[in-house]
Amino acid sequence: MNLNRLNQFFVPVLAVLLGMIVGSIVMIVSGYNPIAGYSALIYGAFGDPYYIGETIRQTTPYILSGLAVAFAFRTGLFNIGVEGQLIVGWLVAVWVGVSFDLPKVIHLPLAILAAALAGALWALIPGILKAYLKVHEVIITIMMNYIALHVTNAIIRSVLSDEGFKSQPIHESASLRSDFLDAITYHSTMHYGIIIAVIGAVIMWFLLEKTTKGFELRAVGFNQHASQYAGMNVRTNIVLAMVISGAFAGVAGAMEGLGTFGNISTKAGFTGIGFDGIAVALIGGNNAFGILLSALLFGALKVGALEMPSSAGVPTELVDIIIALIIFFVASSYIIRLLLSRLQKGAE
Amino acid sequence: MKKRFGIALSFMLAAGTLLGGCGGQGGNNAGNKDTFSVAMVTDVGGIDDKSFNQSAWEGLQKFGKDNNLKKGRGGYDYLQSSSDADYATNLNKLVRSDFDLIYGIGYLMGDAIKEVAKQNPKKHFAIVDTVVNEPNVASITFKENEGSFLVGVVAGLTTKTNKIGFIGGMEIPLIEKFESGFRAGVKAVNPKAKVEVQYAGAFDQADKGKAIASSMYASGIDVIYHAAGATGNGLFSEAKDLKKKDPNREIWVIGVDKDQAPEGMVKVKGKTYNVTLTSMVKRVDVAVYDVAKRAKDGDFPGGKTLEYGLPENGVGIAPTQDNIKPEVLKAVDQWKQKIIKGEVKVPTNRKELQQFEASLK
Repeated sequence: MNLNRLNQFFVPVLAVLLGMIVGSIVMIVSGYNPIAGYSALIYGAFGDPYYIGETIRQTTPYILSGLAVAFAFRTGLFNIGVEGQLIVGWLVAVWVGVSFDLPKVIHLPLAILAAALAGALWALIPGILKAYLKVHEVIITIMMNYIALHVTNAIIRSVLSDEGFKSQPIHESASLRSDFLDAITYHSTMHYGIIIAVIGAVIMWFLLEKTTKGFELRAVGFNQHASQYAGMNVRTNIVLAMVISGAFAGVAGAMEGLGTFGNISTKAGFTGIGFDGIAVALIGGNNAFGILLSALLFGALKVGALEMPSSAGVPTELVDIIIALIIFFVASSYIIRLLLSRLQKGAE
Repeated sequence: MKKRFGIALSFMLAAGTLLGGCGGQGGNNAGNKDTFSVAMVTDVGGIDDKSFNQSAWEGLQKFGKDNNLKKGRGGYDYLQSSSDADYATNLNKLVRSDFDLIYGIGYLMGDAIKEVAKQNPKKHFAIVDTVVNEPNVASITFKENEGSFLVGVVAGLTTKTNKIGFIGGMEIPLIEKFESGFRAGVKAVNPKAKVEVQYAGAFDQADKGKAIASSMYASGIDVIYHAAGATGNGLFSEAKDLKKKDPNREIWVIGVDKDQAPEGMVKVKGKTYNVTLTSMVKRVDVAVYDVAKRAKDGDFPGGKTLEYGLPENGVGIAPTQDNIKPEVLKAVDQWKQKIIKGEVKVPTNRKELQQFEASLK
């Protein structure tokens, strides 16, 4: 057990290192200096308060989308629909932020809760279809993503604006941004959402590990038949798991709507945050605290990468390849795990 | 196992310190400066979108060469955005690298420029394609409707099926300007022609452009104009595919932003054809160069909106006109003079287009 724990930490770290090594080979082959490249990456992510602020801002929705994916994973479901639930949450958060005029103590929580509810409702549909009709959740959630994308675009055009491409900015009372954070991070777009994301991680851990309901949810994930035999209601538990997962995704959308952007514009394609959430959850070992770390890794990679073209001359396309390599090695950590266990057996 | 883990950990830490140590140097070489430096942030299309961003970058490159600047910090440079979340970060990055003038290329960057410009009142910014009302921002806009009108005239007089297509990127007021001007141009010279309008919903999805073009050409449309950035590359590839299958079929593409004649070249059995009828050029490069020059000379037009239209040669039809019949070119020239003289007011949106169409009857 102890070794297992250690592996859980060691494997992702090794995967990141491997990714960086192969990434540097790619850089050397293409004629760039990998040390300069990675220095730029690290500087661009943590170099000064501005970059740290941007990294934290990018990390925030990753944490929540990672939690959403992981929660479903732990209960035996594969929620590919985090992206769609996130977009719906974003839309509703902005909608509440634009249409009401309330004191901040009510307005901000209301907007976030509304986003959570919207994400939950969007996940309720695949949940019910899965639980009662045995339709595979992967297929429905993928389809629901497209529905979410185009429905929100239509609503932005027709309801939230006058045939425009973006909504009004949300009222100050619903905003997660603050002058204080703005000042200490030299005008980065960092906002208070990070606190909500961390609270979200604690909630997920508590719910799954410390409550009876959480035990039930996990049990259904492990073995439906055994759970049913033990007297648990499998169907309600599946629906509930999807709904909670969707709520996390909805809040991730609220972070973008109430924090980073302060409005919503029509989207040509997906934000990618929901899909990256799958990788975040995998790297984080589907563990609430692991996800905090892996989301930070993703946030740092995304923000730091923007520095590579300007100060190390590494072209944007190459940066994408290097990031993909790191993700690839992390995602294929199963192979590393297998190798490690072989090595351990050999050592014993 | 423990030992191995320890070694790995120390390696990690060592690497961290090493890389971290180098990191400091990355950002601090921007301090001393005696030359004028200028940079731009592109939209998601990037500087090789064969269209708008590329044109802007060409303008900056020319400016850099003419003034003996080097690419990079302290000279001229660009940053590419991979999503809309990157706009503000990229702009801030350039601010912090101490560039004297920073461009935001594209309509969608308006909000980000406004925010960053407010936070950095001493810095100079310029935005292309939209208006940002800040004292330190120069807004560059184009009368795309006028240029589109002229290619509309070309399309209206060239079509044989009286069916013409328009492919837009995103349905935003800017692209409506292209659409309205184009439709007005077609209607002005060929009232019988019908223009089918479709929006791809994106500026960077060539596959969508190809799919729309395919269904348009299949329905008998023979001229398609696009205002869709890199999405329009799909239109070119579809037209070329059709031309390869049947070189005698007369199908045309009207390009946008740049002279897109090179995009339309296709070789069939040793013979070279070009599916590009003409292009509506929008001289982003000229405008970008112009504003950079003015800023360098201490005449930065902050807080002002510069409009580049037909008289300023900011828009117009491309120099490659081999595929256009001479009588059509003559008509284009007549309409151009009418617009410059103000005899014709080209509509900028669909409402004005309706009024324009009503006035023709």
